[in-house]
Amino acid sequence: MKRIISFVLAFLMIAACFAFGGCAKQEAASTIKIGMQGPYTGSTAVYGLAVQTGARLYVDQLNKAGGINGKQVELIYYDNKGDDAEAINAFTRLVDEGITAFLGDVLTGNTLAVVAEAYPINMPMITASATAAEVTVNPDDGTVYTNVFRSCFIDPFQGEKMAQYAAEKLGVKTAAVIALTGDAYSAGLADAFVAKCAEVGIEVVAQEGYAVGDKDFNAQLTNIAAKNPDVVFCPNYYEDVGMIVTQARALGLDTTFLGGDGWGGVSEYASAEDLEGCLYCSAYAPGSTEEVRAFEAAYEEAYGQPVPNMFAPLAYDAAAVLCAAIAKAEESGAKTGSDEYKQAIIDAFRTEGPSVSGITSAGGYTFDENNNPIKDAVIMELVDGVETYKEVF
Amino acid sequence: MKQQQLRIPMPVRYLINAALFAAFLLVGNLLVEGRVISSYYAKVIVLIGINIILTVSLNVATGYLGQLPLGHAGFMAVGAYASAIFLTHTSIPIGIAFPMGIALGGIVAGIVGILIGIPALRLKGDYLAIITLGFGEIIRVILLNIDSVLGFKLTYGAASLKNIPKETSFFSTYLCVGIVCFLIHAMMKSRHGRAILSVRENEIAAESCGINLTYYKTLGFTASAFFAGVAGALYASYLGILNPSGFGFMKSIEILVMVVLGGMGSMLGSVVSATVLTAVPEMLRAFSDYRMIVYSLLLIVVMIFKPSGLLGQYDFSLSRTLESIFRRKPTRHPADAANAEGGEA
Repeated sequence: MKRIISFVLAFLMIAACFAFGGCAKQEAASTIKIGMQGPYTGSTAVYGLAVQTGARLYVDQLNKAGGINGKQVELIYYDNKGDDAEAINAFTRLVDEGITAFLGDVLTGNTLAVVAEAYPINMPMITASATAAEVTVNPDDGTVYTNVFRSCFIDPFQGEKMAQYAAEKLGVKTAAVIALTGDAYSAGLADAFVAKCAEVGIEVVAQEGYAVGDKDFNAQLTNIAAKNPDVVFCPNYYEDVGMIVTQARALGLDTTFLGGDGWGGVSEYASAEDLEGCLYCSAYAPGSTEEVRAFEAAYEEAYGQPVPNMFAPLAYDAAAVLCAAIAKAEESGAKTGSDEYKQAIIDAFRTEGPSVSGITSAGGYTFDENNNPIKDAVIMELVDGVETYKEVF
Repeated sequence: MKQQQLRIPMPVRYLINAALFAAFLLVGNLLVEGRVISSYYAKVIVLIGINIILTVSLNVATGYLGQLPLGHAGFMAVGAYASAIFLTHTSIPIGIAFPMGIALGGIVAGIVGILIGIPALRLKGDYLAIITLGFGEIIRVILLNIDSVLGFKLTYGAASLKNIPKETSFFSTYLCVGIVCFLIHAMMKSRHGRAILSVRENEIAAESCGINLTYYKTLGFTASAFFAGVAGALYASYLGILNPSGFGFMKSIEILVMVVLGGMGSMLGSVVSATVLTAVPEMLRAFSDYRMIVYSLLLIVVMIFKPSGLLGQYDFSLSRTLESIFRRKPTRHPADAANAEGGEA
């Protein structure tokens, strides 16, 4: 009897799975669908949710103002748990549901998986947070994925910027690097920094690495302290940075630490004295201009919490650029979702981008030959334990 | 056992199953190629196939051999990377290279299985679980960092191995599913399979009957690793991109959950639970925020009401069902091992 019950259970479960297949939605053609996905659950959900809320904020504002060409914009978003297989499935599902463009993906790894699916069907795509250079260009043969754009920096860019900044503004002669080994982001920034240092005449006196989960950095920091560099470049995430800076100060290493955008929120992880004077580059300067303050107020009103990190404004900008491009494509008169329509959106990224005054790029979005935005970095300084906007570099 | 009742002769049994399986492959392929099934569902169905191979392969080590290895994702990773590296470097036409890649993935994973199995299988129970978990992590960390040791780009580490030809289709996946299920079924029905089962039932009794424990444990473990490698190779060409972080400890647990939910030692159970547990999170997308809760609840409910898994150790045999229909007097052969080649048909 029990066996029969479990058989019935198993069959019901399978039947239930396929029953959902019948629920394919048939929307009227009066909406423009934009697909999104990201990790909304799991350890990287903080990025996924920031991107989702940022983009939603723009689309809601746009819809309230009348939408595009009289049509409402509909955002369809799915969770992918940060898993590559789920990312591909969710993307295929979005395509089946008739999206005209894709805003995402969030994590670099997922984005690489989705790009391999999106490039053959020429799906217009803009990501707000995938920073690896390979997202828009194939490193092996140099093919540019013409359909993929982004609103964020690429990893090497930040490393280069910080090396340049150190040389030009800080007058640094020697530098040391401590980075997370085997991590695309951290190693990408560190490599670019070291390469640029050679160009601008900074001598890199020490290069140290550590593994994921390390809590004790004394060995590496002692090596660095022995070389007595002018600055230490530490392109890691805020939790690690907090521990590294605290331990460095305890060892008597008093030099300025420089970092990348992974530092956002670091002030919670080390004391004000230890962090005093440290600098990092970011895409987003909180509270710096009128537009930025308006965005922050709108975000807080919509979600009841302050802007969590720079990915929300980056996603807001990505949505703005994408919607501007779609508006242009609508004007061309091509049938929504057709191949010409997609190509029109892709072409419009370049023509419309520069006139979109974004939260993270007041000068508009101009894309280089690899579809990366050309924009300035924001230098943030730690002053009295507060991450303060210093300057645009 | 006396054979007085009606029995379908062996070749006919295989023929029925083979014919049904071929029909399933053809019809499925037609539906997918003809776009009757949307590309999204086709993708989910392929993923189900890959998970079926993973689950039945782990079932060999867990269900039939009675061990608890926790490093299955490691073997999958080895197979995936072996095949992917081969496919991205070879100049052989992809139609020939892809089956070669799958075979290579299986063989390399099998070799790693032997290397790990020989020392690991001297341990039992918890200790075996921990050591295989350790080996699984070692494989992942090696894949992550091997490039800086070698000095040239092989696995591309955290930057992901990209541009793997996307060759995994419905047909290739389910052909592999059929072959893997048949091979495991045939192995378990053979002398060697019986020896493996006896190791599970009672090691001391088995040893006293002259069964070489280490040999049969390693055999079962290696077979398990080999088929995981095959699944890995399919997975690599399904994703088109590989990152070692996808083959962590949680992936091993995910596969183990599928085996336990289906019933340890039941091939049909593995097939059913791999299907359900792959399909459910996708189909529950409509519930967005609650889907992972529903998924977990489903697991808990099954484990409470059916602790031995959905199907326990029961296995489905089409021929046996037919026989009992003809006889109109159902008799059971609980000792009969699986005849589930047509399990998915």
